[in-house]
Amino acid sequence: MSANQDGTNLLEVRGLTKIFGTLTACDHIDLDIARGEIQALLGENGAGKSTLVKMLFGSLEPNAGEIFWNGQAVRISSPGVAKKLGIGMVFQHFSLFEALTAAENIALSLDDGSPISSIAAKARALSFSYGLPLDPESLVGDLSVGERQRIEIIRCLLQTPQLIILDEPTSVLTPQEADKLFETLERLRSEGKSILYISHRLEEVKRICDRATVLRHGKVVGHCNPREETASSLARMMVGNEVQAVVRAPVEGIATAQPLLEIRNLSRKPATPFSIPLKGINLNVRAGEVIGIAGVAGNGQGEFFECVSGEVLQQDAASVRIRGKDAGGLTITGRRLLGAAFVPEERLGHGAAPRMKLSENLLLSRHATDGKAFVGTGGMVKSAAIYAAAQRIIEAMDVRKSAPDPEAAALSGGNLQKFIVGRELDRRPSVLVVNQPTWGVDAGAAAHIRQALIELSRSGSAVLVISQDLDELFEISDAIAVMHNGVLSKPMPIAEATFEKVGLLMGGAEPGHAEHTLETA
Amino acid sequence: MDITVNILLTIATAATPLLIAAIGELVVERSGVLNLGVEGMMIMGAVGGFGASYLTGSPWIGLLAAIAMGAVFSLLFAVMTLSLATNQVATGLSLTLLGLGLSGMMGTSFVGQPGERLPNIDIPGLTSIPVIGRLLFGQDPIFYISIALTAAVMWFLFKTRTGLTLRSIGDSHTSAHALGIKVIRYRYLAVIFGGACAGLAGGHLSLVYTPQWVENMSAGRGWIALALVVFASWRPWRVLAGAYIFGAVWIGQLHAQAFGIPVPSQFLSSLPYLATVVVLVLISRNKRLTMMNTPASLGQPFVPDR
Repeated sequence: MSANQDGTNLLEVRGLTKIFGTLTACDHIDLDIARGEIQALLGENGAGKSTLVKMLFGSLEPNAGEIFWNGQAVRISSPGVAKKLGIGMVFQHFSLFEALTAAENIALSLDDGSPISSIAAKARALSFSYGLPLDPESLVGDLSVGERQRIEIIRCLLQTPQLIILDEPTSVLTPQEADKLFETLERLRSEGKSILYISHRLEEVKRICDRATVLRHGKVVGHCNPREETASSLARMMVGNEVQAVVRAPVEGIATAQPLLEIRNLSRKPATPFSIPLKGINLNVRAGEVIGIAGVAGNGQGEFFECVSGEVLQQDAASVRIRGKDAGGLTITGRRLLGAAFVPEERLGHGAAPRMKLSENLLLSRHATDGKAFVGTGGMVKSAAIYAAAQRIIEAMDVRKSAPDPEAAALSGGNLQKFIVGRELDRRPSVLVVNQPTWGVDAGAAAHIRQALIELSRSGSAVLVISQDLDELFEISDAIAVMHNGVLSKPMPIAEATFEKVGLLMGGAEPGHAEHTLETA
Repeated sequence: MDITVNILLTIATAATPLLIAAIGELVVERSGVLNLGVEGMMIMGAVGGFGASYLTGSPWIGLLAAIAMGAVFSLLFAVMTLSLATNQVATGLSLTLLGLGLSGMMGTSFVGQPGERLPNIDIPGLTSIPVIGRLLFGQDPIFYISIALTAAVMWFLFKTRTGLTLRSIGDSHTSAHALGIKVIRYRYLAVIFGGACAGLAGGHLSLVYTPQWVENMSAGRGWIALALVVFASWRPWRVLAGAYIFGAVWIGQLHAQAFGIPVPSQFLSSLPYLATVVVLVLISRNKRLTMMNTPASLGQPFVPDR
């Protein structure tokens, strides 16, 4: 690259425009990325960030505008071209192959012809040197979101790109994992590489980014030095007005309130060789409280959620009790009929059927509980009713979309999450279990979702939130429990909890779980 | 002893066309494309192979013509489903119907004409070994091709980078596209390979199995090959096992009927299907392996969004 060190930027974008139907996702965007800088790209969901980086990576073709790479006008017609230029990308919606192993996934994006047998060793070495431990032999389908992201990052690094685009990289990492990633990014910057960093976490943008470009409704609305801004001033630039801080009113008399969700000595054998066994989990969630479950990705949170939601049935019907009734043997529908609602971690393919409309997705989780409202005689779907209900949720949650009732896959990640959470909140469930409620959701929308969860609990419901975002848990929880290696710690009242205490438990440092089991038994 | 060897030889002859067509379809489905036109491509291969052999007098030219016929016919399917993104199931079904009708029309002048059989390949020394000599070293050329093809496809899919890429496209074409893999190009090649294999299987019918042209002579073998791929959970060696189990029970029940065993002949005729399904279901019990081997994007049209 030394021949090109003549003061030109690594990448310059002029007037880049992308139009989908009636929606102008990117409207004459200008962007400069210098060598050896970490630049943040900020904006709300639907501001056009993902569309912009997809054009830079060749997955989408712009309608107008020019891209200059090292001062030369280039046409990035496919991801292959982008990779040849030296642009690497870590996707928000992972582009991994579930039926292949981690090593095979990595091998696929390397075109240097190195034999597949050598890639496993290479990947293992690189993953450890960057502090992102990875078992190359494991099947991606068995891995947690956090572990999958490690594969994406390592896959990108192995290509030694000049420009690395990271789309929401830390949203599923623990603070320690995120720290490791920042070290990696700083090391890459010192090697002269450039990074375009998309994140909703303004604190980390302030911490590692040299410059920020802010998008709103497809247009560049400003540039700034994030180090000189505050998180709230950055948020104001993104949203265009103040972001409401989440308010959590203290609750009285929780100790005597009725437990609506009881988990009693819940254990589960590992379903696949790679999954975590659950060991004697006990937990009560009472009416009016929010309990948060923290933990490093892949410590059994996913398995626990499956047990509680009824995706996996329990042998012992009393191990999960909803509103005082044994629910361990009931299916998801049975548990919903008892008044519970569930929001899984994976949005596409789990929380929502990608190729179905939002209104149809609404029916999928609510046909049993709201049968009378949505399904008429003879099993005919009341299209007008589900359409109206979907519109009500879209309005309540401020879901941004390009059509009145689009397919779920057509929404950006954060907007779809708003809809899925809104779909369950709309029922006013008495028990709500949410896994990663605001993963990949922007600040404004995340605050909205968090506030809605708190309000649901204050209206007399029990809310259980599983999250890897500690800031979020401290913001909304009345008590925080930590899951480590399939064991759940005793919930710690928020007044006593500190980042340090929770962080220690997340690392498995405190072996005080046995005591807790005795106490609640 | 001679009877046993003869029975074993006929089993191999019955299994070979199934194996070849199924191995070809396996590669197609591993790339995420479901081509239900195997029967149609097979019968086109059969008529093309017989016609070329009859007109030139050389069954070897017939063999090449059968392969070419299947490949060209599959190209029609590829253009429709891959470039024009039509529904794969409907297009595959119409390919079969078209093939059956077209081959009948093309073959009217060949009906009742004597054909020449592809000669067996004898290997001096080895062929004269008792029993296994004739079984392993005195067969028709397509038998050797079928075994070599199975081994080659296994090696290709699981040991080469191109094979890995092909499997990844079958798992998720959107992810593959995001990585810059040319999804449509790979699928074209896979479909054409599958067509060539189906054509070759058809050529086996009209050049080896019964060296003559009879309308509808594929008699549902294309469908059996399709089913074998699914029941074998997209694993080449299981396709081989399935094809031979089917062949063995098929020949066995023919002999049983000839001996006049007091069992309804309809039951005996259904035995090969039952036996193959039971055996393949039993060896596919491992859910995890099945999940790993099922192409997740099978049958979905791919339209890259630009």
